[in-house]
Amino acid sequence: MKEKRKMTAKEKNEAIWAYAFVAPTIIGLIVLNFYPAINTFWQSFFKTGDFGKGNTFVGLANYQKAFADPEIWQSLINTIKYAIIEVPLGVVIALILAVFLNRKLKGTSLFRTIFFLPMVCAPAAVAMVWKWLYNQQFGLFNNILHTNVAWISDPKIAWISVGIIGVWSIIGYNMVLFISGLQEIPGDYYEAAEIDGATGIRQFFDITVPLLSPTTFFIVQTRVIGALTIFDLMFMVMDKTNTALTKVESAVYVFYKYTFDQGNKGYGAAIVMILVVFIMIVTVIMQRAEKKFVFYN
Amino acid sequence: MESARTRARVTTAVIYIILIIMAFIMLVPFAWMILTALKTNQEAISVSPFYILPHNGWHWETFGEVWKSYNFVLLYKNTLLMIFFRVVCACLTATMAGYAFGRLNFPGKNFLFSLVLIQMMIPSTIFIIPQYLMVSKLGWLNTTAGLVFPGIVTAFGTYLLKTGYQGLPKDLEEAAGIDGCNIGQRFLRIMMPLTRSSMVSLGIFTALFAFKDLMWPMIVCSSVTTTTLAAGLAKAQGQFSSNYPQMMAAAVLAVVPMIVIYVIFQKQFVEGIATSGGKL
Repeated sequence: MKEKRKMTAKEKNEAIWAYAFVAPTIIGLIVLNFYPAINTFWQSFFKTGDFGKGNTFVGLANYQKAFADPEIWQSLINTIKYAIIEVPLGVVIALILAVFLNRKLKGTSLFRTIFFLPMVCAPAAVAMVWKWLYNQQFGLFNNILHTNVAWISDPKIAWISVGIIGVWSIIGYNMVLFISGLQEIPGDYYEAAEIDGATGIRQFFDITVPLLSPTTFFIVQTRVIGALTIFDLMFMVMDKTNTALTKVESAVYVFYKYTFDQGNKGYGAAIVMILVVFIMIVTVIMQRAEKKFVFYN
Repeated sequence: MESARTRARVTTAVIYIILIIMAFIMLVPFAWMILTALKTNQEAISVSPFYILPHNGWHWETFGEVWKSYNFVLLYKNTLLMIFFRVVCACLTATMAGYAFGRLNFPGKNFLFSLVLIQMMIPSTIFIIPQYLMVSKLGWLNTTAGLVFPGIVTAFGTYLLKTGYQGLPKDLEEAAGIDGCNIGQRFLRIMMPLTRSSMVSLGIFTALFAFKDLMWPMIVCSSVTTTTLAAGLAKAQGQFSSNYPQMMAAAVLAVVPMIVIYVIFQKQFVEGIATSGGKL
């Protein structure tokens, strides 16, 4: 400190105030987030002791077990499959709705309210309702369509059914972000296109899509990470006796099952470490893609 | 010109049709939830004939039964307390840190702020096991303190508020400095009131996130008397799984308060999500 330029009394005073202001947040982040992150990593090398006995160091055994466990691989695949339904459908439908609602039409605020409604509902309640809609015997869908589909217990389609709940739940959120992105596009672009005689669809692809790409990218990125850590829907929709469970359960669901249902925290820690590394890789790939596809003016 | 006008009219009509169909799809689960809640269980599981509307009167009393059997008074109370303390803690810590990061200079600022940014990139699942062990060691299982615990500070909120403070004009504070206010007074009297919209965004965000969270309350509050609405529903689903009207009535009771709040404060909700663009 002595070699550096000495702080004036005013600067010192400012720094003291600043430290006092950031202290709760920084201490909180260290205690509640950074220490736990390191601790989870640490615990992944231990076998959790039974009935209060101490944990035993097992080295990489938890990871070896996880990589050899087909259930873990399957859960990662299930999670990716969920994301493949939720993210593209959720984004495309929301974008179309946002473009419609951004026009000066009557009743847009009512539609916006309706589309956003699922966002303010607890996923636990949403999942209960959809489970009832999907009910094979008494559910609305099978009785209206006169079908007998096992929407959530046929392993071939259950993952799609769960994905649809995810899409339904997230459309409003994506739409609101798209609308605010659309409002930042200067109106003269469209006026110029209008004079050139470009149709609405041409305008959409030539102006809206490129100028909206930062918003789109932001939504895709947050939703991919959100989808890869999905838990509530699987937990609420899939009974433990459901025959399709192994083809639908997400990585976080499996983490929860081993950690808190079965009390094997060491193994759970290893599962969550694998998932986090996977998410980090996906994040890096997406950030590379951002430079290529996103148009910043 | 005439054809252009017709085309515009057709376009508008098509847009309305699509919007109405989508609105219908979005509302079906809500409608079915309410209609089922109003039926008797025999009606709900009747297949031929299949009833869309309640056939033998509208059974509002199911709501009352469920209110008692699911202990909704306690569920509401626990959820409200958790939301209240999380919102207060998050807004308080985030506005202070946001002010320091946005307006003050101090050694180590960039390093400390990078901690905030790093936290935002880490999936929160990785924190859960140690957080649970800490709550359990503190003896906070099945308490409001345990529910609030992970939400005392917020990296996302700090980031949001920092952006809010940075957007304020520089000379505001200088004028106050000349008047002899110290930094604490400047913050409290001048700067903090000006970031009200960011604070409202963060508050709505925190409340919505806390309300929707399922895993944390399930882990730390496993008893039905101490848990939240979301986790309470999850528990009840196992117990009352064969009585569909009761389950749907419980779902209605769990979602209605937030829907009412949303409809009243719609502008703040939508703007809060749009401006913060945060992660839920």
